[in-house]
Amino acid sequence: MTRATKARADQRPSRSLTDYFYDPKSRGIMLQLTVAVILIWLIWSVVDNTIRNLEAQGIAAGFGFLRNTSGFDISQSLISYTSTDTHGRAFLVGLLNTLLVAVVGVVLATVIGFVIGIARLSQNWLVSTLAAVYIETIRNVPPLLMLFAVYFGVIKTLPRPRDSIEFPFATYLNLRGLYLPRPIWDEAIWFVLLAFVIGFIAAFWINRRAKKIQIETGVQPRVLFPVLGCVLGLPALAFVLAGFPVSFDVPQLGRFNLRGGFVISPEFIALVSGLTLYTAAFIAEIVRSGILSVPKGQREAASALGLRDGQVMRLIIIPQALRVIIPPLTNQYLNLTKNSSLAVAIGYPDLVSVFAGTVLNLTNQAVEVIIMTMAVYLSLSLLTSVFMNWFNARVALVER
Amino acid sequence: MQRMRDMDRTSWQVAIQWAQVNLFSSWWSTALTLFGLLISYWIIHAVVDWAIIRAVFTGSDGSACRVPGAGACWPFITNKFKLFMYGRYPLDELWRVNLTYVLALAGLVPLMLPGVPGKLWLSIYMLVVFPIIAYFLLTGAEWLGLPIVTTDLWGGLLVTLVVACVGIAASFPIGIVLALARRSELPLIKWLAIIFIEFVRGVPLVTVLFFASVMLPLFLPENVTFDKLLRALIGVALFAAAYMAEVVRGGLQAIPRGQFEAADALGMSYPQKMGLIVLPQALKLVIPGIVNSFIALFKDTSLVLIIGLFDLLGIVKQAIQSDAKWFAPQTAATGYVFAAFVFWLFCFGMSRYSAWLETRLNSGQRH
Repeated sequence: MTRATKARADQRPSRSLTDYFYDPKSRGIMLQLTVAVILIWLIWSVVDNTIRNLEAQGIAAGFGFLRNTSGFDISQSLISYTSTDTHGRAFLVGLLNTLLVAVVGVVLATVIGFVIGIARLSQNWLVSTLAAVYIETIRNVPPLLMLFAVYFGVIKTLPRPRDSIEFPFATYLNLRGLYLPRPIWDEAIWFVLLAFVIGFIAAFWINRRAKKIQIETGVQPRVLFPVLGCVLGLPALAFVLAGFPVSFDVPQLGRFNLRGGFVISPEFIALVSGLTLYTAAFIAEIVRSGILSVPKGQREAASALGLRDGQVMRLIIIPQALRVIIPPLTNQYLNLTKNSSLAVAIGYPDLVSVFAGTVLNLTNQAVEVIIMTMAVYLSLSLLTSVFMNWFNARVALVER
Repeated sequence: MQRMRDMDRTSWQVAIQWAQVNLFSSWWSTALTLFGLLISYWIIHAVVDWAIIRAVFTGSDGSACRVPGAGACWPFITNKFKLFMYGRYPLDELWRVNLTYVLALAGLVPLMLPGVPGKLWLSIYMLVVFPIIAYFLLTGAEWLGLPIVTTDLWGGLLVTLVVACVGIAASFPIGIVLALARRSELPLIKWLAIIFIEFVRGVPLVTVLFFASVMLPLFLPENVTFDKLLRALIGVALFAAAYMAEVVRGGLQAIPRGQFEAADALGMSYPQKMGLIVLPQALKLVIPGIVNSFIALFKDTSLVLIIGLFDLLGIVKQAIQSDAKWFAPQTAATGYVFAAFVFWLFCFGMSRYSAWLETRLNSGQRH
């Protein structure tokens, strides 16, 4: 150690305040301390104010209200629910209705989105232009407006039940919703279900065997008809043998209303179609960029190996495109689920409309209700990001 | 004459060749083309039939639109146009709104066109001077002789634009701060930013607005009350900021580490390093993402109607549902088509602008 550095080391304990100010480490600690103090003060004042305000309004904090009788009806429910049930059960009804919209919307939006995304890439000018027009129109309009347009602009102008629009197979459409025949299954339907399961297993086995033969001999056995026969033919045969174990509760046109059948509410139709059309436009763009992300050489190489166009798409392009497509796709699924909260604007009984709307107004438990509602969406998005991390780790390209 | 016919024939042949390649290259493509033609015909026919052929163009109430088989009810729009644009803003004071628009355009247009000098002064004008002028112009100031116009009278496109512009102007700086905080080395700052961003991005805007309108008053001391519009603005700005933060973070991650280290080596302070070296490069990279979140924010402004504000969509909906004079089967559809068109115009404009800017910036990078 030279004399100079030793002298400097000796000086270290007697640092002035400015030295601490210019030292990044101590400055970081000071900054964080300041933030922590401000944060604690903020939380304390918020809690204090909230307690005071709640006391002034005479509201007891806590989740006890969930066990109280709700006293209101819900127009659509997947589980049994009456106005004598509790607020807690109403929460569950709303949650299930949200999930129902999300699941149906996700399936439909994926199908439509993939079709339009592939159409956008079509060699055919007219088809790709039509797809582009769809995407550019829908993406630039608020989803809430689409809901209103479908609900108030289309469904509410449908005829009254008396003059319902009639479709084949005893299906009616009017401003009260879509009336479908409701199937009533007989006992013997188990026979058909069993046949379906057996057929499915058989098809699986046929496929595996075909693959084995192909690996061993290089010959591709034709499996389409045997597989179709197992999956569709076997249950159909069982259906006939069991003596058509199904009857239908057909909607009957009464004097003012349709009776019986299975009714899909107009709010559900508006919500699902609005969200589906909106999300499909985004999914289409994701699919397009995913397919475009596969290098051209992959397609050419596959063609050079003698694969047919369909095989190139199915075996080469899609698996590689999915790696790019799936992360933003899950994001869109999440967006659709979150957008389903727009249901509150057209009166579909989803979580926000039932719980953060009706229950909140009845009980005034704003803090608890909003926290529970937000917690549901938060856990959904956390679950999704957990899945995304798992997926990304699984499909990540292994660099050699 | 002969030559012209030749040219005609060649351009005709070019057209046929184009159609052969792009429309009828195979039997499958031909089938698709026919299917597409059918759909195009069906859509165009339906639109023209509804919007022009069967539409009603004149009238001072809905009686003409109540005729069976009538299409779009355009007089509903023309009669209510002022309402849809300004809400119930006093008619004598409308010049103030228009002047605000003109002042905004005067700053925005030269700012958005590349190559116009004085960007710094224009930015200062838009970010500092203009908001102050706009605030006093729109809300009023007794000392200037401008009568006060309370925000419950505001409505229509005015509210949409105010919410969108304030949301954009507020979410941009907050988003940058959040993005920097998320990449900070100080654990407390980093985790606060992560919690805030992930929390806001995990919940729908509707619940954030409910939060702002129901819970925010509970959090404040009893004597403090907030304007309803201001509450919505806070909700929208915080919501948009979380999304903006993720976009900016993407840009920050794309900047090579050497840039940070070089700035450090030059002895730059943290604000200098970020403000002069990192952020200019990062923001330029994510311009499309930024514009996309602006578009999303603009569309999201329509949600404020759920907490009882009358933006463009809210006021159109109210006019459709509460004005008995205009009750007619197609009034609703006409109103929503009009609102959709206005929203579309703004969002499509923004996306085209971003695409144009992107190609410009890219071409700059290639040289």
